[in-house]
Amino acid sequence: MSKGGAVAGLTERAGDRLFRYGVLCAGLAVVGLAAALALELASGSRLAWSEFGPAFLWSSSWNPVSERFGALPFLYGTLVSSALALAIAGPLGVGSAIFLAELAPRRISDACCFFIEILAAVPSVVLGLMGIFILVPGVRAVSPFLIEHLGFLPFFRGTPYGVGMLTAGLILSIMILPYITSISREVLLSVPRPLKEAALALGATRWETVRLVSLPYARSGILGAVFLALGRALGETMAVTMVIGNSPRISASLFDPAYTMAAVLANELAEATSDLHLHALMAIAGTLFMLTLGMNALARWMILGTPTARRRP
Amino acid sequence: MSDERTYSILEARGLSAGYGSGDAIRNVNMHFYDKRITAIIGPSGCGKSTLIRCLNRMHEEIPGTQVRGVVALSERNIFHMDPVRLRRQVGMVFQRPNPFPTMSIFRNVAAGLILNGLRGERSLAEVVETSLRQAALFDEVKDKLDQPALNLSGGQQQRLCIARALAVEPKVLLLDEPCSALDPIATAKIEELLLQLKDQLTIVMVTHNMQQAARVSDWTGFMLMGELVEFGRTDEIFTTPRDPRTQDYITGRFG
Repeated sequence: MSKGGAVAGLTERAGDRLFRYGVLCAGLAVVGLAAALALELASGSRLAWSEFGPAFLWSSSWNPVSERFGALPFLYGTLVSSALALAIAGPLGVGSAIFLAELAPRRISDACCFFIEILAAVPSVVLGLMGIFILVPGVRAVSPFLIEHLGFLPFFRGTPYGVGMLTAGLILSIMILPYITSISREVLLSVPRPLKEAALALGATRWETVRLVSLPYARSGILGAVFLALGRALGETMAVTMVIGNSPRISASLFDPAYTMAAVLANELAEATSDLHLHALMAIAGTLFMLTLGMNALARWMILGTPTARRRP
Repeated sequence: MSDERTYSILEARGLSAGYGSGDAIRNVNMHFYDKRITAIIGPSGCGKSTLIRCLNRMHEEIPGTQVRGVVALSERNIFHMDPVRLRRQVGMVFQRPNPFPTMSIFRNVAAGLILNGLRGERSLAEVVETSLRQAALFDEVKDKLDQPALNLSGGQQQRLCIARALAVEPKVLLLDEPCSALDPIATAKIEELLLQLKDQLTIVMVTHNMQQAARVSDWTGFMLMGELVEFGRTDEIFTTPRDPRTQDYITGRFG
């Protein structure tokens, strides 16, 4: 801060100071809120950590009656359903973004993007209902086919109930697709025209131009979109709770019911009577918090690691 | 009117082009002679950039562009050719240096070769070196080929773009105001480079710098409001123009 403001009028400097303290307070409030949340999660879960220690994270029993608690099935459910969602929505989202940004006429692209963004605004409970009425019977219908032809893989064995990991992954992929598509499209549209022309003038086809110029240029932005979507998928509660089957077990089969961290919090927090149960749930909440935090940090690190991002302020 | 020691490799016949309403260029007839430098001059908005973009169909990248007439490359109508193959024979360098920002210097020059596949016996490294030498850039960058292209100065970046275009061995090189973003020293280097390059290929350049056209080119076309007013040998255009409008422009009465 420079102190050479002798020329500036007194009122202006007072206004400046007011503004500075105002925004400082706003900034501190955000940081304070996050800190308070972390503190609350830590103190609310201390019984669970002292009872089970770090083994809480890799123990797989969850029994409120005998008061044995372990987070592994939920950690597994959250990670696998999110990974599944990303595996489906990632290529689909980036692919449709390439189409909308590079190939479709601008008016059609804008119209499509409008509808895609509407998809992002659908409340997750509505999507969950859609999952129950469309995806669950759908998965049940196609499962025998998958079991017959891909049954040699451990992922496609067992009894298809309809609800389960695969359905959860599908509903999550629908939820995160709009984020990946619309942000990636935006980033691809920001690729400077002269760069694309340079590739075209070298005799590049449209696809080669995308591969040579647009994708490398937009890489950091697309990665950002994917990780934002992943953060959303990790924390998504309602729709997943409605279709995942809510059974705390670990199974390689994607047809089997599973459970996620967010879903167990939504289902059991209101009914937790014992202190240990409550603290175990808070420990899961804390783990989820750290997981999403870690994922965001990773995303930032990856985005900053790309050459274009480093040069652009 | 012709050049007795060479032949016309590229030719525009009755070429008109426009974006939606009205034509940006009207009925242009022009020859581009092999291994000669042809300059297209004229005030801003006269259609010279539109004309040069039509020569390798880069105008098609602007939606809504319409073209009538013929552009023939070695007597073949380019509008019936595959644009991708056409652009490998008719390369282009743009107004602002536009190296690929995510690539190293080496990769920038190699980009076209990687796309088109390497021809003949030569290795990628050889072609990159030859192209950089042709663009008079090799000695300046030989120790930092793996550095990002954006670390170079503006003039070096533009010569890198020329090297990148040369690497695919085009027959014709189009330059759209290649020096307008550069300082006088960088401009002089590019001009010198163009004079060296004309032994190997045909060069067409758009410029709004008349001195530049007079210094470098063999042939000059003067455009005004979408029309090719006069086309002839550069020395004749600048000393004894036949059209009064050309006279007015080169003596600085407008533009």
